[in-house]
Amino acid sequence: MHLDELADFAAEVRKEQQESKHCIRVCMAAGCQSSGAAAVLDGLKGQVDDDANVHVKGVGCMGLCAAGPLVEIESLEASSKTASSKTLYQKVTADDAEAIVDSLDAEPVERLRCSTDIPFFAWQKKVVLENSGIIDPEEIKEYIAADGYLGLVTALTELTPADVLREIKASGLRGRGGGGYLTGLKWSTVAKMPPGQKYVICNSDEGDPGAFMDRAVLESDPHRVLEGMVLAGYAVGADHGFVYIRAEYPLAIERLKKAIQQATRQGLLGKNICETRLSFDIEIRLGAGAFVCGEETALMASIEGSRGQPRPRPPYPAAYGLFGQPTLINNVETLANVPSIIRHGGDWFAAMGTERSKGTKVFALAGRIQNTGLIEVPMGITLRDIIETIGGGVPDGKTFKAVQTGGPSGGCIPEQFLDLPVDYDTLRDVGSIMGSGGMIVMDQSSSMVEVARYFMEFCMDESCGKCVPCRAGTDQMYHLLDKIVKEKATSRDLALLEELCDMVSATSLCGLGQTAPNPVLSTLRYFRQEYEEKLQDLAVAGSGQADLARADSSASETEETK
Amino acid sequence: MKGPGTASSVRVVTLKINDHDVSARESESILEVARENGIRIPSLCQMDGLSIAGACRLCMVELKGSSRLLAGCATRVAEGMEVLTNTERLRKYRRMIVELLLAERNHVCSVCVSNGRCELQDLAFECGVDHVRFPYRSAVYQVDASHDWYRVDHNRCVLCLRCVRVCDEIEGAHTWDAMGRGINCQVVTDLKRPWGESDSCTGCGKCVQICPTGALVKHGTSAGEMEKDVHFLPYLSRMRHWE
Amino acid sequence: MMQQNRITVATTWLDGCSGCHMSLLDIDDRLFLLAEKVDFVYSPLVDAKQLPESVDVGIIEGSVSTDEDLHKAIEFRKRCKFLISLGDCAVSGNVPSMRNLFKLDDVLDRAYRENVQVNPQIPRDGVPKLLEKVQPLHGVVDVDLFVQGCPPSAEVIWNVLSELVAGRTPDPTKLTRFGA
Ligand SMILES: Cc1cc2nc3c(=O)[nH]c(=O)nc-3n(C[C@H](O)[C@H](O)[C@H](O)COP(=O)(O)O)c2cc1C
Ligand code: SF4
Repeated sequence: MHLDELADFAAEVRKEQQESKHCIRVCMAAGCQSSGAAAVLDGLKGQVDDDANVHVKGVGCMGLCAAGPLVEIESLEASSKTASSKTLYQKVTADDAEAIVDSLDAEPVERLRCSTDIPFFAWQKKVVLENSGIIDPEEIKEYIAADGYLGLVTALTELTPADVLREIKASGLRGRGGGGYLTGLKWSTVAKMPPGQKYVICNSDEGDPGAFMDRAVLESDPHRVLEGMVLAGYAVGADHGFVYIRAEYPLAIERLKKAIQQATRQGLLGKNICETRLSFDIEIRLGAGAFVCGEETALMASIEGSRGQPRPRPPYPAAYGLFGQPTLINNVETLANVPSIIRHGGDWFAAMGTERSKGTKVFALAGRIQNTGLIEVPMGITLRDIIETIGGGVPDGKTFKAVQTGGPSGGCIPEQFLDLPVDYDTLRDVGSIMGSGGMIVMDQSSSMVEVARYFMEFCMDESCGKCVPCRAGTDQMYHLLDKIVKEKATSRDLALLEELCDMVSATSLCGLGQTAPNPVLSTLRYFRQEYEEKLQDLAVAGSGQADLARADSSASETEETK
Repeated sequence: MKGPGTASSVRVVTLKINDHDVSARESESILEVARENGIRIPSLCQMDGLSIAGACRLCMVELKGSSRLLAGCATRVAEGMEVLTNTERLRKYRRMIVELLLAERNHVCSVCVSNGRCELQDLAFECGVDHVRFPYRSAVYQVDASHDWYRVDHNRCVLCLRCVRVCDEIEGAHTWDAMGRGINCQVVTDLKRPWGESDSCTGCGKCVQICPTGALVKHGTSAGEMEKDVHFLPYLSRMRHWE
Repeated sequence: MMQQNRITVATTWLDGCSGCHMSLLDIDDRLFLLAEKVDFVYSPLVDAKQLPESVDVGIIEGSVSTDEDLHKAIEFRKRCKFLISLGDCAVSGNVPSMRNLFKLDDVLDRAYRENVQVNPQIPRDGVPKLLEKVQPLHGVVDVDLFVQGCPPSAEVIWNVLSELVAGRTPDPTKLTRFGA
């Protein structure tokens, strides 16, 4: 497909879309589906029949998951051919279908209306999620109509791989998978490796508890990720890509599969893309839900068919990756930014965000917050704006206590830092990390020691067991935290816990162990008194009371002697 | 001078380990070079002749002026490096790692067939572990004595994965592998069949010889009687990797 | 001989095999040297049956397995200025702690019912009550010095005692180890 062919195709689809006066979009992302969106979609389709004036379609995530199932109506203004008005309905059931369809040329159904003037919508800035909730993710033509694959075809026909690299570098994009590594730098390292077999991997393992940013992107706009991968392949000289995705995301997998088929059929994937010399295939590999398989070396071992365990780095994947070949591995959201960067230019992207953190970031808001759901905001926005303005604050008149970012590798940020800008470096300075974008809000009723124990339990369960500090250290740390929660610990236990945190983070083999102590360290930093309040006095003068035999020890074991 | 990348261009670098000047081939690890120069760095999972696992984390070293630690076995030397192998911080961490290992499974030295010939015991001695501050987990582990000649006692396994590697990389049988996650990880024979029923095991006994503790032993040994001999390994490894 | 130079020592055995105490006796003729400097004020090896209110050095062999062990350990800690955990059972739990892999009731059943032909019953009267889990000494009280070994050799014990007599803090870590 050439540029003009793509443009014609896009124009045609857009024209087709404008033929119907009303477009009804039903959110069919996993969140709304779990509250019954499929029935709503069926109901609406049944009501509309085949009225050419109304087009009903399933779309991806609209963001305000707390109010699902969400339905949006876009109607062309009677007076104009192009301007349109939008109405958003919340908590829609299949029974509402009739009322909604009846209202199309009349007044909206007030009882279902969800205002879109609220900051939740107004304050967001959508790049990665620009098509999310708007296009039908199962139709490549809708993506193309929204300027999809424009970046790819432009790059292939008018830009050299070096040009693409230059744009990515100029954009200042940093990895969204947690580490924040400069994407341009990573790409150029792989590009500089001698020519030969190279791979691109899209890391869609998304294992942080409470995180669903990547899932939303894959479910709502899968072609965007594919386009990003092909662009990456073009820039670094790879001809084969893998999407490593957790098997717990069946909908995302299904949509990805469909997207790969459609893109291949359109000649946008596969052999000689757009009749150029670039060939690029994409295969899907399913992960079995081990958190550690999101770590890049473990992920590659898993694709290779081995046990998903990390190995020491260096060598980094860029030099010695999948099957021993140079490999570019990026997160879903990182790759999803790429088509926009190529389409609008690196400078456009770099104009958003802060000095060292460019662009936007998708966050999954969860916990004690009014508007749980998915948001995309410019980097540098304050935590307060996210939580109080966009998120609507803490519900039920409770007061805010802390926000946890970065999942099990992150930390808890207290009230005093809410006015700090959200960027990689600031979050690190206050003892947390950006992470992949999970944000869990806690109110005064949450016990910080219990929060720390929760994340430690997660790390203990998810440790791969290869290295001693993480395998045995997380187990001991969990039990020490448990002892503190149960008010059986002494100041010595707390000291031992701190020593362990220090050792485990300094010596573990991979990021899981290295960051596992973070939730403990950050809660100790800001909420130490909560730990101390739970400590017991050292009972008898000089009595250790270390309690070195675990009462529950045999229960924790899976094996029985025969 | 030959350009970089040519096969015969062995680059030699000089560096400092604990303030001693040493020279090394660029392809060598810090641990290898330290050993060559008689500088002891405690380690457990690494063995000359096997691939690097980086699992025990005992050989962590410091670089002067940096707080980040590096695993000696998995880090190549570089020109001008200033390596410290025995700082107070490292000693503290090593001590804790050994304590964690002793608390993890049921290492009752006095009744172990490897008593007196055990690397874990030696490491505890070397690192000054005179008691363990962590609760002993006291979890139940199996003993598989189904093999005609050998026995595996999981109570004494430290998961160094040496058996897994020697069996795969030297013997080529890949009878051993690891199973399970985290603290429930354990080594298994043939997808967890009893060792005696393994189709792939050749009975060569290399795993038994290189096991650092009393986890893999010969039948018919009693407390302190199990002697092991690992001298075959560097030789076999050289022969196997002969190009 | 100057009285003020003499130090008082109390010893006891908890759940152990008394091997550590035998090893102490194995210092042989050096016992006479020791007797010049040390008063054994309480020990299974001497007649005194009352632990004095204040003792310079307490030495405990064996792990903490019963309520009586626990009581003794606490009393020793209260009354001794310097407490030594002697031998692997005291330091790590060693063989006595191998029962921690099982439930106490199962252990008792195995010992007193399943393997008994005549009048199987679990003894309860006049015997100390077993704790659910066996602990090393430092699991219940603070310990000042650990002496590993099963048993620690007479040499090590001699070294520790003579250092103490000389007014120094002993460091046996380079002389003994677990299982020695
Ligand atoms: C324990 C662990 C889990 C990880 N899980 C993920 C994940 O689920 N998704 C992801 O993109 N990156 C994950 N990462 C980070 C990856 O190793 C890698 O850095 C990332 O995919 C690089 O992509 P980026 O540069 O685009 O961020 C994880 C890292 C660790 C240590
Ligand atoms: S840090 Fe944890 S997850 Fe990572 S290699 Fe070590 S044991 Fe495995």
